[in-house]
Amino acid sequence: MSFLSGAHMTGGYGGADILHDCTIGVEKGEIAVIVGPNGAGKSTAMKAIFGMLGLRQGTVTLDGRDIGGLSPQERVVAGMGFVPQTNNVFRALTVEENLEMGAYIRTDGYRETMEQVFSLFPILREKRRQPAGELSGGQRQQVAVGRALMTKPKVLMLDEPTAGVSPIVMDELFDKILDVAATGIAILMVEQNARQALEIADKGYVLVQGRNRYTDTGAALLADPEVRRTFLGG
Amino acid sequence: MESFLNAFVVLSNFVLIPGLAYGAQLALGALGVTLVYAVLRFSNFAHGDLMAFGTMATILGTWWLQSMGVGFGPLPTALLVLPLGILAAVLLVLGTDRVVYRFYRRRRAAPVVFVIVSVGVMFIYNALVRFFIGVEDRRFEDGERFIIRPNEFEALTGLSEGLALRTSQLITVVVTLVAVVALFWFLQRTRTGKAMRAFSDNEDLALLSGIDPKRVVLITWALAATLATLAGVLYGLDKSFRPFNYFQLLLPIFAAAIVGGIGKPFGAVIGGFVVAFSEVGLTYAYRRVLGHVLPDEWMPSGLAQLLSTDYKFAVSFIILVLVLLLRPTGILRGRVI
Repeated sequence: MSFLSGAHMTGGYGGADILHDCTIGVEKGEIAVIVGPNGAGKSTAMKAIFGMLGLRQGTVTLDGRDIGGLSPQERVVAGMGFVPQTNNVFRALTVEENLEMGAYIRTDGYRETMEQVFSLFPILREKRRQPAGELSGGQRQQVAVGRALMTKPKVLMLDEPTAGVSPIVMDELFDKILDVAATGIAILMVEQNARQALEIADKGYVLVQGRNRYTDTGAALLADPEVRRTFLGG
Repeated sequence: MESFLNAFVVLSNFVLIPGLAYGAQLALGALGVTLVYAVLRFSNFAHGDLMAFGTMATILGTWWLQSMGVGFGPLPTALLVLPLGILAAVLLVLGTDRVVYRFYRRRRAAPVVFVIVSVGVMFIYNALVRFFIGVEDRRFEDGERFIIRPNEFEALTGLSEGLALRTSQLITVVVTLVAVVALFWFLQRTRTGKAMRAFSDNEDLALLSGIDPKRVVLITWALAATLATLAGVLYGLDKSFRPFNYFQLLLPIFAAAIVGGIGKPFGAVIGGFVVAFSEVGLTYAYRRVLGHVLPDEWMPSGLAQLLSTDYKFAVSFIILVLVLLLRPTGILRGRVI
């Protein structure tokens, strides 16, 4: 059983199921990537693990504890951080205030964590007094990740962190994500840029129509001619 | 030189000082409207009558204190009762939220439904106020009425025009200044204030961050009721309390909130003064001011008044229409209604 695990998940948004016996897991300090064609249920699988979607079957566990009955907010308290794909910063608030709101549920001091976020994303320290809405796409994603890190999560979930940013910024973001994983946090992310994401992934999940199609290490998936041909464009 | 000073004194008496006081009252009213819009995401039509309710509670308290022979020296007794009036208004909105708005919030009703619901609430507040205190025009200002009396000013300066500064006008400006500074400090510096701004900015992310929506809604209503009561009592002290006038104040207040950029507190303050000075400036007859500065042969035969005071609400309407046509986001780029 992985540190964070969604096992045999079946469910959808009411009506027909989107996920069918889907299993996803990630270990501490590792990066797991969910890839697959459009409509494969990648984001849905992520939302199911975060509790934004009711499951008919399957279990979700964090560090061996069944968290299936918890609301998303309660899962944040339990140690999960979630970065939505869109609208993931408070645009009217400054960078520093964004981080402060990330730490809203914490009752202890968060200054130290904010320092850690600033040393991870130095550009944010520079722009701390600027409204997040005025930053570039890549910087805004860093604010979004930084906000989620403020609760000191054990698991960080990213829904398409590189959507809509340039290739250079994408590489930069992936580097940052590796840095975050190096601090011992488990990272689970959904990505459209499958090839680049698998390159940094310890584990890759290829979903098709809500089912696990291939599951292996990132490197092995990249090397698999079948996966390359069908999902990575040769 | 002296004629220019005289002209300036007349202008101050009839445009600058009244405009400043009226603008401050509108700003306080618009702040309440804009806060409710920012957090609860609907235009609260009951705001004018909420002002009337808070003012009514304050007047009833004032009468009671007066009957006990208690006063506040040179200041109006109403200021002493103000906290009680605010408390009554806060309890009223929180009760309303509990029995009315919460029901629609849980059903995730569309903003337009909330607007119509607030019209219903408006009629109820309307009736409550008339039931308790009646429809008549009431003055409840007591204490020292003037800070600067015209005849004293004339004697002091030797000018032919006397400057008048009423206590209620100075109180209005001072109270507004304190309230606005306190509100901005709260929104910008405190954790709860920031949480309110975060909730207004991105509700889903605020929920994800663990911000309690119930608390945000509660604080928003409490602030709106406080600002409404302040605005209502200051307006009542400055002019008079007549429930129907408070209902009519809705128009300039909404114009102010929209001109400034709805959802933006600082915009509401700017908007309040823009609307007030437009209204006062366009409906004032400038003949007496011109009399001091123009040679006799240049004097206009009329009153030099752009609009009759009967049309003062038209000014708000025109501003509202112009803003919605030309710059729907308002001066500070608020939301588009």
